[in-house]
Amino acid sequence: MIKADRIVTTTCPYCGVGCALNLHLKQDVVYKVTSPFDSPANRGNLCVKGRFGYDFIHAKDRLSRPMIRRDGELVSATWEEALGYAAGRLLEIREQYGADSIGFLVSAKCTNEENYLLQKAARGLIGTNNVDHCARL
Amino acid sequence: MTNSIRDIHLADVLLVTGSNTTEAHPVISLEMKKAVRKRGAKLILIDPREIELANFAALHIRPRSGTDVAILNAMANVILAEGIADKEFIATRTENYEALVEAVKDCTPQWAEDVSGVPSDLIVEAARVYGHAGSAAIFWAMGITQSSHGVDNVQALANLALLTGNFGKPGSGVNPLRGQNNVQGACDMGGLPNVITGYQSVTDEAVRGKFETAWRSPVKIPAKPGLTVTDMMHGILDGKIKALYIMGENPMLSDPNINHVKQALERLEFMACQDIFLNETAQLADVVLPGVSFAEKEGTFTNTERRVQLVRPALPVKQGARRDLDIICDLGQRIGERIGERTSGFAGAIHPVTNWDYDNASAVWDEIAALTPSMTGISHARLEHGGLQWPCPNAEHPGTPILHREKFTRGLGRFTPLTFREPMENPDAEYPFTLNTGRILQHWHGGTMSRRSEGLDWVVPEGEIQINDADGAQLGVKTGDLIRVSSRRGAVTGKARLTGKLPRGMVFMTFHFAELPANRLTGDAVDPVAKIPEYKVSAVKIERV
Ligand code: SF4
Repeated sequence: MIKADRIVTTTCPYCGVGCALNLHLKQDVVYKVTSPFDSPANRGNLCVKGRFGYDFIHAKDRLSRPMIRRDGELVSATWEEALGYAAGRLLEIREQYGADSIGFLVSAKCTNEENYLLQKAARGLIGTNNVDHCARL
Repeated sequence: MTNSIRDIHLADVLLVTGSNTTEAHPVISLEMKKAVRKRGAKLILIDPREIELANFAALHIRPRSGTDVAILNAMANVILAEGIADKEFIATRTENYEALVEAVKDCTPQWAEDVSGVPSDLIVEAARVYGHAGSAAIFWAMGITQSSHGVDNVQALANLALLTGNFGKPGSGVNPLRGQNNVQGACDMGGLPNVITGYQSVTDEAVRGKFETAWRSPVKIPAKPGLTVTDMMHGILDGKIKALYIMGENPMLSDPNINHVKQALERLEFMACQDIFLNETAQLADVVLPGVSFAEKEGTFTNTERRVQLVRPALPVKQGARRDLDIICDLGQRIGERIGERTSGFAGAIHPVTNWDYDNASAVWDEIAALTPSMTGISHARLEHGGLQWPCPNAEHPGTPILHREKFTRGLGRFTPLTFREPMENPDAEYPFTLNTGRILQHWHGGTMSRRSEGLDWVVPEGEIQINDADGAQLGVKTGDLIRVSSRRGAVTGKARLTGKLPRGMVFMTFHFAELPANRLTGDAVDPVAKIPEYKVSAVKIERV
């Protein structure tokens, strides 16, 4: 029997039911998932995705460095370069074509706090209401 | 949802339409089945396909695709004709009743049968079962909203609930089942072109002023609502949109008419993608910023019943990647500083530099709570014990499991008179089949997560094209044969699966598989108000390959 190093309670990343999860971790790998029986949305029930759908966290093709397109190719860059470039280009385009020439897509997969901050950047820094996400889809 | 997952088992009648709940919201379907099996609740299912819930349904209505409003108007007609409407509720809590009476007066069950193909006595029976219930809850998902008249569909459902007083009590209400884990939250947080957090409108000057001041914003928030995703894509082709910043989305797989989306994205002068994989969209980006998975971050998701719940970090951040919150704050800080350096470049600049320095996600939430009346009472500390459902206006408030108890947000509930309209693209001689798209249990959305999970991909490794048995026989196609499905916009080739569960004339595909992209076929007809694409009705033809 594997014994977990830690069990962390969190929320399922798949559908809108919002089942509570207990992630069982061993050496920083999620090896098993259960659900607390007193969880308000799902009372301990989980579907097949919530219980078994976690290999993606450890997938080999997870992105591990920023990239910038140079001469048509995406090549590795430092965070400093990538964020500096992104900020610079957004501001250039804003100056040249106006704030409403920029659009922001927030995410139905990201947290509330992340979504809040990205729309804050769009509205409060760039000055556009072109903010949406793919939830209609 | 106006009501909660917890009170599903208290409903006497469940009306489920446009939701394959078993596959898309599995744990909610468990509650529905429990209500039927254990408490004898009656399930009215409106769905052209014989989905798993059909095994539990007292009545299964199978309309021609896109004729929902006809059925629902006819149900209202019967409820009125037979005098089973809740007169007291109508008198004290609703308005515009006369307009509804007028609008449905000619929508007889016989008329609805002619339009939808559903036997009129089944419609009458459904209206009686729903109308006589002590408490009846309505549930729907994308089958109702992904339509060129999605808003009409939703209003037609709300009319039924208003007519019968099914609001503000346990086991009732109108309950949209939100697709992705945090769609609810993305909307609540102002991830929409017309509202900031908690649905505070950008057209309201006081609202804009409040945020500009709190954010120490160097620019003015425009008073005019912005563009939706669908309009942004058109905007790029029209030359109006020049840059996109995309976080955690893959419009190349999820948007309608992929060919058109690709053309648009390639036209951009600049695109930044923040994601955990180099998905189809990120491959076209100018900058790719690697974020982290839910297991490496801290924050909150809001589920379909408005419950804000904690996401707790379980793993260290993947080496080389950064937390999404840190990425946005860093970017915000950089943009803010540059604006500060040359404020003159910004007409209407009102403050020099904004503050993008937060200690953690909990501090970000505190800012949200302070600016959002419906969430002021929620804090990460309070969420430690199982989450809270907004509205939650103060720190003592227990949250709101059932909305509209004494009154509606706008005061009275308003009936909406509706006229049935045909879908934008019905089948015809050249494209005789109707394509319907949806989800299956084992996979999720564009498949980015589920298809990397060995177990799930082993159970369902590839996409299929489902067609009806009799249609297959007529076309000389067997299960496993390669077929080509084409619409006016594009074509895909894949393996056929014959099934008795689809009505004749329907083709069903999921959008989980990049190699069999259903959205190459779908059109970009959208609902005029909600701008949701019509994914459930596209005319297609089938050929053997
Ligand atoms: S476990 Fe299944 S039903 Fe629950 S939230 Fe996750 S995907 Fe949805």
